[in-house]
Amino acid sequence: MIDDGRALFLQIAESVEDAIIDGSLAEEAQAPSTNELASFHRINPATAAKGVNMLVDKGVLYKRRGIGMFVAEGARRLLLDERRTAFADRYVEPLLAEAAKIGLDADDLRALIRERASAHTTTGGSTL
Amino acid sequence: MTSVIEVENLTKRYGDVIAVDDVGFQIEKDVIYGLLGRNGAGKTTVMSILTAQNFASRGRVRVFGEAPYENARVLPRMCFVRESQKYPDDAKAPHAFRTASLFFPNWDQELCDRLVADFQLPMNRRIKKLSRGQLSAVGVIIGLASRAEITFFDEPYLGLDAVARQVFYDRLIEDYAEHPRTIILSSHLIDEVANLIERVLVIDQGRIIMDETTDDVRGRATTVVGDATAVESFAAGREVIHRESLGRVVSATVLGTLTDDDRRLLATSGLDVAPVSLQQLIVRMTQRAADGRTQNEGALR
Repeated sequence: MIDDGRALFLQIAESVEDAIIDGSLAEEAQAPSTNELASFHRINPATAAKGVNMLVDKGVLYKRRGIGMFVAEGARRLLLDERRTAFADRYVEPLLAEAAKIGLDADDLRALIRERASAHTTTGGSTL
Repeated sequence: MTSVIEVENLTKRYGDVIAVDDVGFQIEKDVIYGLLGRNGAGKTTVMSILTAQNFASRGRVRVFGEAPYENARVLPRMCFVRESQKYPDDAKAPHAFRTASLFFPNWDQELCDRLVADFQLPMNRRIKKLSRGQLSAVGVIIGLASRAEITFFDEPYLGLDAVARQVFYDRLIEDYAEHPRTIILSSHLIDEVANLIERVLVIDQGRIIMDETTDDVRGRATTVVGDATAVESFAAGREVIHRESLGRVVSATVLGTLTDDDRRLLATSGLDVAPVSLQQLIVRMTQRAADGRTQNEGALR
């Protein structure tokens, strides 16, 4: 899963976030420890710790002294909001920019998205 | 951060050859370092001076705040696993382990036994008769089981196959997680160790050309691929460390971390972005350093 584009600790943090978002790691459940993450991903434990600390700072994980790391209540909501903003920045912004170039406004885009989305559902969503 | 090793103005000459050229750096406590560079770059020389197995021509070396030479307060806290370690002719692996156990105060015999099993090391054969890979395994086992506060591994993997190397990396991570200590790992298999090392020291022709965290190095360079005009306009004003072209398609590796604006620009101009691995980046940087030097020398003449 590790691609070398971005800082490794961000990718580790993201892998934990993904598990929280898809529900495989529930709120108030125990999160993998730094050492578990390090040996699973075969990375330096200090790097794994950096990723875990980032999630603690963000309020996604919290520490129970002597027991380990747990997923905070409300973590999933927090991450979904964050991903939504990131999605808008990364995909919607360039989409709008390109659309403006060829004379499509927001309403045209909305119509276009509906049209394509319904094509996806009729073909079972398997088309790309 | 506490540093366990401090090096200032270190120079080593062998006759006319300058193996290490006025080098300065610090090694932080409990960090895994990658000491990387080409053959003959000066890696082994630096490590042997730090472990008091070689003398500096000039400069200052401090290990745990003291000069390491014949210093009994310093030497048992360091373990140097050499690529070309020699053992007595009639020694078997258990002899080497017993000697190490007497020298290193933190020696863990249980870990040693486990590693012997992991590497399937024959204990009844003379070390002289071991294969290259088994010989490397002896060194790796001593390096790990000594649990020295500073451990140097100088290309510890020679002759080890991919499975045995993975055993080494896995045991290193596990044991380091439980017993944090300073590790300096010299390797040519950069991509194999990229995820293990927290900091990168690159030495090239006797000089340090990179001393950073691996995370900072990652993302330091990006390869952009696409139509020549679009690539060149993106690359304008950036430092290009490598360029290849095939017809109208150009692939340029540019230095600098991409900003969000950069990514947007790349997406809208239809360029493909590929990450640059640590190994690729270091290859390019050492090539560039070599090119820069030939140009400078040319200018002097």
